[in-house]
Amino acid sequence: MTLTPGSDIIQELSVEELRAKVGTGMQIDDPEEHMLLSMGPQHPSTHGVLRLLVELDGETVVNMAPDIGFLHTGIEKNMEAKTYTKALVMTDRMDYLSPMSNNLGYILAIEKLLGVEATPRAQVIRVLLAELQRVASHLVWLGTSALDLAAMSVFLYCFREREYILDLFEMVAGQRMMVSYFRPGGLWRDLPEEFVPAVRHLLDFMPARIADYEALLKNNPIFLQRTKGVGVISGEDAIAWGLTGGCLRGSGVNYDVRKATPYCGYETYDFNVPLETDGDVYARYRVRMEEMRQSLRIIEQALDKLPDGPVNIDDRKIVPPPRSELGHSMEAVIHHFKLWTEGFSAPKGFVYQALESPRGEFGVYLRGDGGPKPARVHFRPPSFVNLASLANLSKGLFMADVVAIIGSLDIVLGEIDR
Amino acid sequence: MNRDQLVVEKLKTHFPEAVEEVYEFRGEKTLYIKKETIKPVCQLLREDEELQYNFLTDICADDMLPDFPRFAVNYQLNSLPHNHQIRLRTWVEDPEDGPETVASVWAIATWLEMEVWDLMGVRFKGNGSLRRLFLPEDWQGHPLRKDYPLGYEEVQFSFNFDEINAKKPHATRD
Repeated sequence: MTLTPGSDIIQELSVEELRAKVGTGMQIDDPEEHMLLSMGPQHPSTHGVLRLLVELDGETVVNMAPDIGFLHTGIEKNMEAKTYTKALVMTDRMDYLSPMSNNLGYILAIEKLLGVEATPRAQVIRVLLAELQRVASHLVWLGTSALDLAAMSVFLYCFREREYILDLFEMVAGQRMMVSYFRPGGLWRDLPEEFVPAVRHLLDFMPARIADYEALLKNNPIFLQRTKGVGVISGEDAIAWGLTGGCLRGSGVNYDVRKATPYCGYETYDFNVPLETDGDVYARYRVRMEEMRQSLRIIEQALDKLPDGPVNIDDRKIVPPPRSELGHSMEAVIHHFKLWTEGFSAPKGFVYQALESPRGEFGVYLRGDGGPKPARVHFRPPSFVNLASLANLSKGLFMADVVAIIGSLDIVLGEIDR
Repeated sequence: MNRDQLVVEKLKTHFPEAVEEVYEFRGEKTLYIKKETIKPVCQLLREDEELQYNFLTDICADDMLPDFPRFAVNYQLNSLPHNHQIRLRTWVEDPEDGPETVASVWAIATWLEMEVWDLMGVRFKGNGSLRRLFLPEDWQGHPLRKDYPLGYEEVQFSFNFDEINAKKPHATRD
C-alpha cells in the first residue's frame, strides 16, 4: 500500500487491495458498492496528524487501516547521539499533553540504571506534578472529545482550568509545556514559595468544576446516545490488544501501574483505581472523570506530607553543583564542566521502567554501554498500542461513531510517531 | 519458591533446551531464550495456570553492533493475575531470519512486530502484515540500526558517487 503523503490513494488502491492489506476475512455481499474514504491527516477529530483509510458500505465502516508516521522525527535514534541529561528534552516532545509523565518515565529509567534513588522531597514533588499533569491532560481529552461530539462549551471550560495548571508549571519550571523539570538525581530546582498556596487554591475550586463538566455531559441526551454502547471491547480482548490506562479499566480490568509496580512512593498514597465494566466510550469517559478526582486526592496528600530537605541527591558525578559553589570551589567547577561537556557514565546493562501516564502504561527500555550516551532507548507509548485496536472497535459502526471512539482512546500522535 | 524461579523451573521441565541464561540486573529478571523456541515458550507462559503471562507489554529490538550476535529482541511480559513482570530476550544473528511471530499468542504482537521491522529491520517469521509503519514505503534501510547514519551525509556528486554509495547502509528494498 502506498501510504506516502501526496500520493492519490483513492485512485491507486482498489477496495480488494485494501482488504487484502488489512486482512479481516469479513464477508461482503457487494464490494462494488463500497467506497474508500481518506480521513485526515488534517482532520480536527483525528487529534493530530492521523490518517484513517476507511472502507464504507453506505455509512457503515467495513474496514479501516490507520496510517501513522506523519510526525515521525526519529526521537529514539536522536537520543542515542546525546548524553543522558541532554536527551531528556526530547521526551517532552513525544506526548506533548503530558511532558511531566514522559520526563518522569525516562528519568526513573536512568536512575534505575544508575542504581540511585531520589530524595524524599523530590519523590513527593514528582508525584505532585505528575498528578497535576494527569488532571491537565484529562482536561484536554475531555474538552476535545466532547467537542467532537458537538459539546462546545465543555471545551472552553476545560481549557480555562488547564491554563491554571500550565501556569503552575511555568511557576516551577519556567515553561508551560516543555518543562524538562525532572532531572537525573532529582529536580531542576526546588519549588518556589508561592507554589504550594497556588495548588491549594486549585484544590479548592477544582472539585466543583469537575462536577460542572459532568453536569454538562451526563444529562446531555446527544452525548449519551453517541457514547453509550459504542465501541465496546471486552476485558479479555482489551488485554490481548494491550490496552492500558482508562481504556483497559473501562473494560473492568483492574490494572494500574501505580498500584501494580509502585514508583516514587505511590504505595504510601491513599487512592482508588476507578473501574467500569461496560467497555464502551461512556465507560472510558466515566473512568477518566473519576481519575481526575482521585488525582486531586493524591495532590492533597502530597501537599500535606511534603517533607523538607534537599531535592537533589548528594552525588556530584550525577547532579551539577549549585551555582553558589562555582565561585569559590575548583572541585565544583570541574564537576560542572565534566557534566556539561561529557556527562555522566551509566553502567552496562538494560532496564525497563513503566509508569502510569494519563494515557496508560508508558514504558522506557534503556540500555547503557558504560559510556555517557544511552546505547538504546525504546519507548512503549500507550497511545501507539491503544491505536492498534481502533480498527476492531469501529468495524460495523457508523462513520460518526469512529470520531467518538478516537476521542475515547485519547491518542496523542506525537507519542505514537515519536 | 518465588515467581522468577517458578518460571525458570517450568520452562526447564517443558523445554530443557530453551533457556540459555538467566540474567538479573537491578532486580529485573531476563531469560535468554533460544530463538527457535520463542513461540512455544510464549505459548506456555501465557497458557499455564500458575504463570498466566496474559499481557504483552512491549516488543523491542536492540542493535548490539559491533558484538555478535548482532540483534537482540526483547519481549516484556506481564502477568496481570499474579502481578509479575518478566523479560524474554533472544539473539538474532541474521535479521532476515528472525524469531517466529507471537501474534497468535497475543493479538497486539502484530502491531509491535511491525514497528520493530520498520525501524530495526528484524523480520518476524509468519507475520504477514510487516509493512512500513512510520516511514514512507519507499524508504531504504532501517534507521535504528547502529550503522545507519544520523544525518551529516556527504553530498553525492557524479565523481564520488560510487565511493559514497558503498558507504551507505545496505538497502533493504521490499
